[in-house]
Amino acid sequence: MTETYSAKDEVGQVRQRRSRWDRAWIELKKAPLTAWFGMIVILLYVFVAIFAPLIAPYGEAEVHPQPYAPWSSEFIFGTDQIGRDVFSRLIYGARNTIGIAFMTTILAFIIGGGLGLIAAINQGWLDQIISRAVDVLMAIPALIFALMLLSIFGSSVWSLVVIIALLDSTRVFRLTRAVSMNVVVMDYVEAARLRGEGLGWVMRREILPNILPPLVAEFGLRFCFVFLTIAALSFLGVGIQPPTADWGSMVRDNASLIQFAQYDLKAGLTPILPAAAIALLTIAVNFVVDWFLIKTSGLRDEV
Amino acid sequence: MHPILTTVLQRLAMGVITLFFVSIIIFSSIEFLPGDFTEAVLGQSATEETVAAFRKELGLDKPAYIRYIDWIGAVMQGDLGQSFSGRAASGVDRSRSVADLIGPRLQNTLFLAAMTAIVAVPLALFLGITAALWRGSIYDRSVNAVTLSTISMPEFLVAYLLILLLASLNPIFPSLANITAETPFWERVYKCALPAMTLLLVIVAHMMRMTRAAIINLLASPYIEMARLKGLSPATVILQHALPNAWAPIANVIAFNLAYLVVGVVVVEVVFVYPGIGQLMVDSVTARDIPVVQACALIFAATYIMLNLIADIISIVTNPRLLHPR
Repeated sequence: MTETYSAKDEVGQVRQRRSRWDRAWIELKKAPLTAWFGMIVILLYVFVAIFAPLIAPYGEAEVHPQPYAPWSSEFIFGTDQIGRDVFSRLIYGARNTIGIAFMTTILAFIIGGGLGLIAAINQGWLDQIISRAVDVLMAIPALIFALMLLSIFGSSVWSLVVIIALLDSTRVFRLTRAVSMNVVVMDYVEAARLRGEGLGWVMRREILPNILPPLVAEFGLRFCFVFLTIAALSFLGVGIQPPTADWGSMVRDNASLIQFAQYDLKAGLTPILPAAAIALLTIAVNFVVDWFLIKTSGLRDEV
Repeated sequence: MHPILTTVLQRLAMGVITLFFVSIIIFSSIEFLPGDFTEAVLGQSATEETVAAFRKELGLDKPAYIRYIDWIGAVMQGDLGQSFSGRAASGVDRSRSVADLIGPRLQNTLFLAAMTAIVAVPLALFLGITAALWRGSIYDRSVNAVTLSTISMPEFLVAYLLILLLASLNPIFPSLANITAETPFWERVYKCALPAMTLLLVIVAHMMRMTRAAIINLLASPYIEMARLKGLSPATVILQHALPNAWAPIANVIAFNLAYLVVGVVVVEVVFVYPGIGQLMVDSVTARDIPVVQACALIFAATYIMLNLIADIISIVTNPRLLHPR
């Protein structure tokens, strides 16, 4: 695609319909610099996460004889407290941290989105029960609730995913219910119900396509939130457990190195690296979501 | 009855009901423990009598609703039960009462939160309101860019960057906030400087953005335009027309962020090894000391609910439409 878009040419060829990709490309070309930056960063992270074993010079839990080795050509970012290569663990961490956060967000959307749609379609006692339950669950701060539940069910990856997905699905439920309320009252939904379509059809074919843009934007924001929560829990030592490489626990493990920054600045920077990796991805996702929101609805354009 | 009183009472009742359900959820967490948790607490070699005595102390021989009533009654009187740690298989009980564990730490946490809030609230409101008034200026845009990046960072990154810059490279402040009950006030403030600064950066960013959005939203409403069009001075427009309607969103923003502060304190306390309730909760989660976790969760949740309740009531009480009903 090298030719530039021109309205005159388009009018000249009335019959030619642009494909989905052409339209997407035209939108992308108009995207601001921040959105481009965000998308490139996200793609980079995804690439690293998928091809982690090919990029990483050493294994995820491979222990070398020298703990806290300085930065060198052998160990780009040195080694950690038991002699694992920090650079390799950063790369594997991309896979684990992003993978788990992504899975959790999807699960939260399946639960929260599904219940939200059902509540909006048959408003009645079911809607009341779910909404009140969500109100109560949302009255407890998410991190505190997660800590409490983790102390009961123990810290495994699966309990982490399920607990955070459940807690976050309450927010998804609220949003889905609120936006689908506006769609449920439309005549075409009424028509679909009158011609006898079931709940599943009305949810998927009538409502979902019309509420997709806010949900996609929310997916990005939720992902950031889940990602930060998991990182915080791992940092606190109750999230993803060793030897799995994860950015939150890497910060914790190498934190003591920061005291030596006066003597060796690079060593002091080691614990900052995984934290910076977390921050960069969150900022990137935020940039893309901001652009997407303005694009699709003009929502929040003042923020 | 005055409509405001009715609304406030309704909201209060809602708050009490929410608190009731939250306490049930927190209480029932102990129900989900696996059946052999008494052995896990007391050790493998626990005698049958010890286990039986422990189960009796927890009241596991009684039905759940009676235990709930006992528990909530004790909590109301400040008795949060006995910690799980410090118990031995032989039946020697050196466990401490949860209230003793929490008491001094709660004071420390409140000290840190108050210290942060005193600086954060005026600063954030000032930044937010000025950014909204000079919307689109370089000042607005730079404040926006800085706050957007601050809120995207995890708290521990902010904390470690501050430690790196202000404690390690330029030793101005201590990197550990290890205070005790005897620490004098100003030394306490000095030692809390870095944790408070971390919380400040995160909170101010959130609060400033929300204040700005609320004010811009307000200034776009038709009656403000009307006031401008009829030639009132900018000060009159802001003070007479915008401010009475701005109290509600501003109160919401403050309460929301103080509630956020309650949660943010957990991570920050762990980074700076600050002896507060957040760190206690994390330690107890690792040790699976359920009574302490329950008590901490109850305190955090109650604070959170109360702050939101206060914000709601302030926005009801200051709402001009409710104050002057037709």
